[in-house]
Amino acid sequence: MTRIAVIGNGMVGYKFCEKLCATSNRKDFQITVFGEETWPAYDRVHLSAYFSGSTADDLIMASKGWYQENQIELLTNELVVHIDREHKKVVSHSGVEVFYDKLILATGSAAFVPPIPGVEKTGVFVYRTLEDLDAIMTYGRKAKSAAVMGGGLLGLEAAKAVMDMGLEAHVIEFAPRLMPRQLDAAGSSILQSKLESLGISIHLSKSTQQINGEEQLTGLQFADGSALAVDMLVVSAGIKPRDELAKACGLEVAARGGVVVNEFLQTTDESIYAIGEVASYKNMIYGLVAPGYEMAAQVVNQLTEAEVKPFFGYDMSTKLKLIGVDVGSFGDPFGDAEPSKPIVFEDKVKGIYKRINIAANGKKLLGGILVGDASAYGMLLQMVQNNMALPPEPEALILGNRGGGEMVGAGVESLPDEAQLCSCENVSKGAICMAIEKDGLTQIADIKACTKAGTGCGGCLPMVNDLLKHQLKVMGKQVKNVLCEHFDYSRQELLDLVKIKKIRTFNQLIDQYGKGDGCEICKPAVASILASTWNELIVKQDTIQDTNDRFLANIQKGGSYSVVPRIPGGEITPDKLIVIGEIAKRYGLYTKITGGQRIDMFGARVDQLPDIWEELINAGFESGHAYGKSLRTVKSCVGTTWCRYGVQDAVSFAIRVEERYRGLRSPHKLKGAVSGCIRECAEAQSKDFGIIATEKGWNLYVCGNGGSKPQHAKLLVTDVDSETCLKYIDRFLMFYIRTAEPLTRTATWLNKLEGGLDYLRDVVVNDSLGIGEELENDMAFMVQTYSCEWKEVVNNPELRAKFKSFVNSDESDPSLEFQEMRGQKIPASWS
Amino acid sequence: MIFELEKYKTTEVTKVSTWYRAAPVDAFPENGGACIKYKDLQIAIFNFARRKEWYACQNLCPHKMQMALSRGMIGSDADEPKVACPFHKKTFSLKSGKNLNGETCDIATYPIKIEDGYVFVGFEE
Ligand code: SRM
Ligand SMILES: Cc1cc2nc3c(=O)[nH]c(=O)nc-3n(C[C@H](O)[C@H](O)[C@H](O)COP(=O)(O)OP(=O)(O)OC[C@H]3O[C@@H](n4cnc5c(N)ncnc54)[C@H](O)[C@@H]3O)c2cc1C
Ligand code: SF4
Ligand code: FES
Repeated sequence: MTRIAVIGNGMVGYKFCEKLCATSNRKDFQITVFGEETWPAYDRVHLSAYFSGSTADDLIMASKGWYQENQIELLTNELVVHIDREHKKVVSHSGVEVFYDKLILATGSAAFVPPIPGVEKTGVFVYRTLEDLDAIMTYGRKAKSAAVMGGGLLGLEAAKAVMDMGLEAHVIEFAPRLMPRQLDAAGSSILQSKLESLGISIHLSKSTQQINGEEQLTGLQFADGSALAVDMLVVSAGIKPRDELAKACGLEVAARGGVVVNEFLQTTDESIYAIGEVASYKNMIYGLVAPGYEMAAQVVNQLTEAEVKPFFGYDMSTKLKLIGVDVGSFGDPFGDAEPSKPIVFEDKVKGIYKRINIAANGKKLLGGILVGDASAYGMLLQMVQNNMALPPEPEALILGNRGGGEMVGAGVESLPDEAQLCSCENVSKGAICMAIEKDGLTQIADIKACTKAGTGCGGCLPMVNDLLKHQLKVMGKQVKNVLCEHFDYSRQELLDLVKIKKIRTFNQLIDQYGKGDGCEICKPAVASILASTWNELIVKQDTIQDTNDRFLANIQKGGSYSVVPRIPGGEITPDKLIVIGEIAKRYGLYTKITGGQRIDMFGARVDQLPDIWEELINAGFESGHAYGKSLRTVKSCVGTTWCRYGVQDAVSFAIRVEERYRGLRSPHKLKGAVSGCIRECAEAQSKDFGIIATEKGWNLYVCGNGGSKPQHAKLLVTDVDSETCLKYIDRFLMFYIRTAEPLTRTATWLNKLEGGLDYLRDVVVNDSLGIGEELENDMAFMVQTYSCEWKEVVNNPELRAKFKSFVNSDESDPSLEFQEMRGQKIPASWS
Repeated sequence: MIFELEKYKTTEVTKVSTWYRAAPVDAFPENGGACIKYKDLQIAIFNFARRKEWYACQNLCPHKMQMALSRGMIGSDADEPKVACPFHKKTFSLKSGKNLNGETCDIATYPIKIEDGYVFVGFEE
């Protein structure tokens, strides 16, 4: 049994454990891991997601349970303070001693803070750990403005984060341009104007001389005599490897910091390895996660006597994430490592800059820079890394092919098998193809599980997806979107079967056309098909519904539910507002105005739902279907009734539209809006169907959405009257319901629809398929058969009885816990 | 809550000392689950009618410590019966309790039997 001690439970230290546990020799090792931080290793690369709502738990790479299950002794909150090389022992600050045969140093880096007078003042932060972010968030609540020192990769990420916190954001860079290590002057300047248009102020060529303020920072003083008043400062001026332990025990450290290692990641003591951001190979620290993972894998291979590929350095190509501007820098971005000729494309209006460096002999791509549009990043990087032959007109690589077709020689199929598609997990194209062929994989999820490709930063997923499609085609497999392992049919085919064979239950369908017992993918998909076809009460088949549909309410953190009554068009009488207030008070519910112009009441227990709804229904409310993949809201602005600009009565029409489509089940949720004039206060162009008033009638837009990938709706028809508008929406929605894949919003559906908007207009407006009337009849059936599902439940004792925490007791769930915030209750946080 | 998790231990049928009479068979929806309370434990019980099988496991999902599994959808993965947590769709084998996504801990399962129209769950004291 070899005793292994790992110091540092960061990304690379964790990866080492994961890789070692995955080998067949796992049992030969006893593993102890020391981590200074409170949490087990978390995803530092996506640290900024913490600002946008990810919790520490979401970022954690593996829970403590994982270490337990894999019999790794994980000691968090333990700082190692001493390495005793003679006795092969490490000692922590609390006195824990562990003996090792092999020691792994994975202590990473700390943020580098330049010795500027005043950096110790309150209000100065670094950006490296969850604790740093907590501190920034807490302090930021009282602040109005923040500066970030450092205009590199990390600094810009931090600047975006403070901006998202609602602070006035400044970036201070010492060099005359942003991202000086990745971008040339032209690329930087485009990036700068993009960031400025986002509201970030950029200060270049500024050397900070002093931090102003008494105990608390009030601003920065620069060497050129200028000054900047800010409330807080985030220092992001580079990293400093945590080599202090190594230094103290006599291991060699590099002049610029970092534990010196050879190509086998051995330090000057052969029982001690250093990996990740603390290791210095040929005076170079690799401040990225992919090389760290590679190092971890290599040491695991050595320990398990598997084949070892020496570490000779690593490509430092990077893509900037999060900031809202695409930036990529790959290979030799400046083209100065060997003679080369650049090809440059610049569009100042759109804010796009692309540069590729071609070898002097014209045969090879050496590297390049992409700002504003980095969609070609993956392919270009592959071309550099694999020394691929250039197409005859290399400018096509950044300009696109003028013929309009696919980019020359740049499809994923042209990559060699050795091409490393996923750099985080080091997975080659060949390995993925093999997994597709040998293991018969057909889904991205399977490829992720089987090869780990795409599980790191996720940047390679578009390419992996293309590869999957291509490979399946090559193998002669029909690339068919089957629902899941239980049905060899697409959603559209199943919908046709349900309709033609008059199938009304999930069991009938799976018995006749499927296999096995179903699962969490096909059950809700079939439930949606049945509802869109027969419009029967969905709780009749409650166990095939997603939990929200099963209990007709959205499940919340902690297991309570929310209640959202319909408020068509956002119009509500004072009396009804009072009813909502009274009910919320009586049941102790948290209330919030939603983004959809209505009111959400949160924190109801499952057994309270029927009582609450009974009261709401008695007061004239009905279900708002906030829980269903169905029509949510039709937003409206006040229109002609009040607004001095309005040209049509937007509220009346919105209410009419909302009441027409309420309860309509569909492949994904549906949202609509009606604006009373071109000023568009109802944001109709961000909806699945949006209606904007004109002098002559209505303009109808379709297939827009907000969400994580916003897309503007497209204009379908102009100046139609109300009846025609409804007719086209009927056809459009039914056509979507019939043909979309499960959980596909209208925007994504349109993007994939062959023929695009023109085709859709042909079907809906010109009735090119001759199904217009049929679609309208289908919709008429849905409208006629609508009933409020909560009303049915409330009045049906048998259905009501299903809303209980326990079937053997009338107790309510004792695990529901709430705390208070601003005078209302909220769920106790995720544990 | 980690403490909460430790309350649940997979119980072998051979080790059962108490067969707890939980509820009549028809309290459980076909091809779905419901929750029972036994002392301070919450146990999810599934009436897998398609397979003519019954399963019991902890109601607590180890992913985010949510009392939720009884409200999840059941189904099969190849032939393995499974439940998907309603919160983030992590799936667990109803037979072994194994997490089928390999991302979080496994869950505890309990023996179950049907007698005289009642559902009994086995516990080891
Ligand atoms: C309550 C609300 C936020 C708020 O406090 O304002 C909300 C809350 C939720 N949204 Fe939303 N969204 C709310 C307005 C929006 C809006 C704004 C709008 O409708 O104008 C959007 C962007 C517009 C859009 O959808 O195109 C929005 C885009 C999303 C998305 C992303 C959809 C997409 O296609 O990318 C999701 C995720 C999903 O549906 O898969 C989501 C999902 C959710 C869920 C259902 C997440 C969940 O499964 O628990 C939240 C549950 C709420 C609950 O329990 O009641 N919510 N959500 C808003 C309810 C509106 C309503 O009255 O029904
Ligand atoms: C905000 C941010 C964004 C980033 N974005 C990217 C990106 O987009 N792409 C990319 O490739 N990289 C990115 N990085 C860099 C990436 O996170 C690091 O390269 C990676 O985390 C290095 O892993 P590591 O395990 O070597 O070090 P770390 O993750 O720093 O882990 C080291 C751990 O060891 C602990 N430790 C140190 N000394 C001791 C001791 N004596 N005893 C016990 N424990 C100790 C530390 O507390 C720490 O938890 C980013 C970093 C940050 C901060
Ligand atoms: S309400 Fe919408 S945006 Fe807000 S956290 Fe939930 S899903 Fe995300
Ligand atoms: S809480 Fe169960 S899957 Fe997340």
